[in-house]
Amino acid sequence: MMNRQGRPSQAAENTSRTTGPTSTGHKALDLSEPLIFEQDRPGQTGVDFEDVPLSRSRLGGLDRDQSIGLPGLTESQVVRHYTRLSRKNYAIDMGMFPLGSCTMKHNPRLNEAMAGLPGFADIHPLQPTSTIQGALAVMDQLGDWLIELTGMPGVSLAPKAGAHGELCGLMTIRAALEARGDARSRVLVPESAHGTNPATAALCGYKVDSIPANDEGRVDLEALKEKLDDDVAAIMLTNPNTCGLFERDIVEIAELTHAAGAFFYCDGANFNAIVGKVRPGDLGIDAMHINLHKTFSTPHGGGGPGSGPVTFSEALVPYAPGPFVKQAGDALTLDEGFEPEAIGRMAAFHGQMGMFIRALTYMLSHGGDGLKQVAEDAVLNANYILSSLQDVMSPSFAGPCMHEALFDDKFLKDTGVSTLDFSKALIDEGFHPMTMYFPLVVQGAMLIEPTETESRESLDEFIHALRHLAQSASSGKSNSFVAAPQYAPVTRLDETQAARKPVLSYQPPEVDAAE
Amino acid sequence: MRYLPLTADDRQDMLASIGAGDIDDLFVDVPADKLLGEPLNLPDHQSEMAIERHMSALAAQNHAAGSGPSFLGAGAYRHHVPATVKHLMSRGEFLTAYTPYQPEISQGTLQVLFEFQTQVARLTGMEVANASMYDGSTACGEAVLMARRITKNKKVILSGNLHPHYADVVETVTRYMDDDVIRLPAAPEGGLPDVEIIDDLSCVVIQNPDVFGHVHDLAPLAEKLHEAGALLIVVVTEAVSLGAIRSPGEMGADIVVVEGQSIGNSMNFGGPYLGLFATRLRYVRQMPGRLCGETVDSDGQRGFVLTLSTREQHIRREKATSNICTNSGLCALAFSIHLSLLGETGLRQLASINHARAVHLAEKLEAVEGVSVVNESLFNELTLRVPSDAAGLVQRLADQNILAGVPASRLFGEGTGVDDLILLAATETNTEEDIDQLCDALQEALS
Amino acid sequence: MSDIRYSEEHEWIRVDGDVGTVGISDYAQGALGDVVFVEMPEVGTNLDQNAEVGVIESVKAASEIYTPVSGEVVAVNDAVDGDPSLVNTDPLGEGWLFQVKLSNADELDGLANQEAYDKFLEGLD
Repeated sequence: MMNRQGRPSQAAENTSRTTGPTSTGHKALDLSEPLIFEQDRPGQTGVDFEDVPLSRSRLGGLDRDQSIGLPGLTESQVVRHYTRLSRKNYAIDMGMFPLGSCTMKHNPRLNEAMAGLPGFADIHPLQPTSTIQGALAVMDQLGDWLIELTGMPGVSLAPKAGAHGELCGLMTIRAALEARGDARSRVLVPESAHGTNPATAALCGYKVDSIPANDEGRVDLEALKEKLDDDVAAIMLTNPNTCGLFERDIVEIAELTHAAGAFFYCDGANFNAIVGKVRPGDLGIDAMHINLHKTFSTPHGGGGPGSGPVTFSEALVPYAPGPFVKQAGDALTLDEGFEPEAIGRMAAFHGQMGMFIRALTYMLSHGGDGLKQVAEDAVLNANYILSSLQDVMSPSFAGPCMHEALFDDKFLKDTGVSTLDFSKALIDEGFHPMTMYFPLVVQGAMLIEPTETESRESLDEFIHALRHLAQSASSGKSNSFVAAPQYAPVTRLDETQAARKPVLSYQPPEVDAAE
Repeated sequence: MRYLPLTADDRQDMLASIGAGDIDDLFVDVPADKLLGEPLNLPDHQSEMAIERHMSALAAQNHAAGSGPSFLGAGAYRHHVPATVKHLMSRGEFLTAYTPYQPEISQGTLQVLFEFQTQVARLTGMEVANASMYDGSTACGEAVLMARRITKNKKVILSGNLHPHYADVVETVTRYMDDDVIRLPAAPEGGLPDVEIIDDLSCVVIQNPDVFGHVHDLAPLAEKLHEAGALLIVVVTEAVSLGAIRSPGEMGADIVVVEGQSIGNSMNFGGPYLGLFATRLRYVRQMPGRLCGETVDSDGQRGFVLTLSTREQHIRREKATSNICTNSGLCALAFSIHLSLLGETGLRQLASINHARAVHLAEKLEAVEGVSVVNESLFNELTLRVPSDAAGLVQRLADQNILAGVPASRLFGEGTGVDDLILLAATETNTEEDIDQLCDALQEALS
Repeated sequence: MSDIRYSEEHEWIRVDGDVGTVGISDYAQGALGDVVFVEMPEVGTNLDQNAEVGVIESVKAASEIYTPVSGEVVAVNDAVDGDPSLVNTDPLGEGWLFQVKLSNADELDGLANQEAYDKFLEGLD
């Protein structure tokens, strides 16, 4: 197989990997790296301080007298340690990361530079408001953008991540219901929902009532009608949904929900598919969180931090939590007085300011015109993948998708290759795998989200790799799948052992021997 | 539009290959009348330079704490972050990776988390720590929910000297559970609350050092609670204090939550921050949040994976221990790098300098006429009593570019009996001159 | 082994005198995959038939355990606590979960025998 430049893309058979370990355990650029605790040189430190004499200890006699157990390393050791570890990670900076439902798009470094300005990074959350007018302006402008983009009149910036936003939104709904003396007891959640949705509903004291999907991957409207009664507090729906499909009946769902006296919560995890094209407020949604790290490109950082502002309809605004930025004459103020009918404080301070700056920088970069193009290109790229693979893989549902393409494992039937094996083989091809086994409504799900920041060339390369894998699976080469990945820093890891005998922190060898 | 690689020709070709006439053929499932016809009322895209101008102008409207003497604490602290931390955490392989769901190509993040968990467990004197929570306050809320799962009791007692915002968060998160949250009155003069063992008691939450800066021996309280079958939750808002003060674990804590911002992270106007969460091994299955564990690969070499996931929402859904999905990965990385640089020696030295500065600040303040330091014990924070209207005084000093501290009324509310108190912190970033400048300005403002 | 009975939740029970031993079926352990943890009921608890009494977990799934009969828990299998893989290797023997002193032996009549359970499984896919 030749790549586009005409060079062989695979080494010739007889020059492939030699066997046997090296004497050091390193493999050229893949350097093995012990734990910091295994590199300890007691007394060593990577920092130096000026001496500050202590006149007398005032710790109330509670001075720490036992060793903490932190290892001593030099600065250069620390630099090497983390540099070596970093190279064992796949990242969007390295290549396509088509993890469906997670939206791994390019993270512009301008965002980072702006968030690092001392005027933003080096301000304390409790400084007098006269000294933080620029920070309040950022919150104000971000709020204005979110209001305009969603067509919803209110926004709470406090939530620290998507699931925290869900909690904020659903609690606000409950507060509004209780204000009219009718808390109700159930929340309707589609089977295909993110796990955070039912978990959040439970935290708000609600019972979760599951709505089945129809055979088009969307909410079964008849089943919904049957369940929707005056005991339902809210429906929580992701739109576009986790199958990558727009809920065609969304307006009717909103009308039915409102007619039943319930509220419509939208999980906005997939807002990136429709930003600038459709306003959730126009669809009848009452509350929606927005993952700034998905739609607005703030970095995922190996698992966070996120940021999950929530936009609200008029009916919910009085119950939404602050703090809110308000205009007072020429100046901006921060209103931290929580109204008695509103739900209380979500977190110690005012939300993820560092993420607000990054998201606002991204919004300004794209502008209103660019954000619409973001949604269109994200959808175009996903459909390009869907149509380029439909003959060799098995799309779960007919018709165009939105920002992500969902396949099931039918095309792997009788090949001896599972969704897991197929995904791991993609690692060897140089890609991060797609989302596996989610959503739960299809068998062996593979959810591919390319995002708008992939070029045509990188999409073609990815499609080429998947076609190649699909064809090798169907031609009976299951062994190479089961053994994959072979070129990663480690081979498949034993997750069963990890869970049966959990080792959750480093234990020095002598402790092991004593056991 | 510099972040969009597709050209107009690409788009045409791709639409043709899909068999779509134009882009809206792909939005066919959206009700036609809901597709926006007119452009939004938003500015068009802008160049990198234009945005730098806009954002820099906003940043310039803020008084960066480093541009003058600054003594703010109360849950967020200004510490020096070594250049190495920023450099390493900015590496794209860390910054732009996702949650390590594919462990074979995420060993970097996973080993960092394993080391981080170990650092946190050792620092807090506990057996197990998770891969981090959003921040200290939300971790505190989660700890209260966890205590309830363990004890199956419903009453929660919050010390009055717990940071009021933390107490608020506990009240919010338990708002629709049938927990009964009892907030004790604030005790600015210090002294541990005399906790009465009540029926159905799940846990007591104590901050140490408390919001007024006092340091407490929690061992007797822990013993009393354990006899009654209740848990002690210890909150630490200043992580550096763990380098100087006996660990919560040694004092008998069952769950420890820490705001980890102080180590490796900037103040960022309140976020993103880093919740540290540690507990006893026997409670691990009731823990919220991600956990990283050690295992081996198919060749028998050591590797790390996310583990005990059946506690979490993506598997357990409405029966999960928490709805939390994300952690604070990047902040945890910064924390872990900084703590690796410090090591045992460096952290103890850093803690000792913080303490020395604060003790020095206390001594200097005591020499200012008309004010008094409330604390006998302290780490790097203290409470100052001023003749009246602490908030007004803080504002007057801010107008002279001195950030003198947090008026207690900002946290507890005006008219709650703390209007004459200012909470101040001193760290290694405060110089002798800063302290003199503060004391002089204070003397002048009061005379 | 003809005395074994199954519930629709895939628990089995075998009764000796007035004490029944409960575990999960071979089908259930296969569907669950490698068992990594079992949360057992507490000895002395009184259970109603079909009540949720514990949880059985694999790496990527968790499944509730229901008691097929009413009664008092008189023993739990500590061996499984130490080595959950017993549920996979010997689900009907060493991998039993708990024992219950039956309060209503008539409930057994509502449970499937081996033949009926096998038929039930055939209908499952």
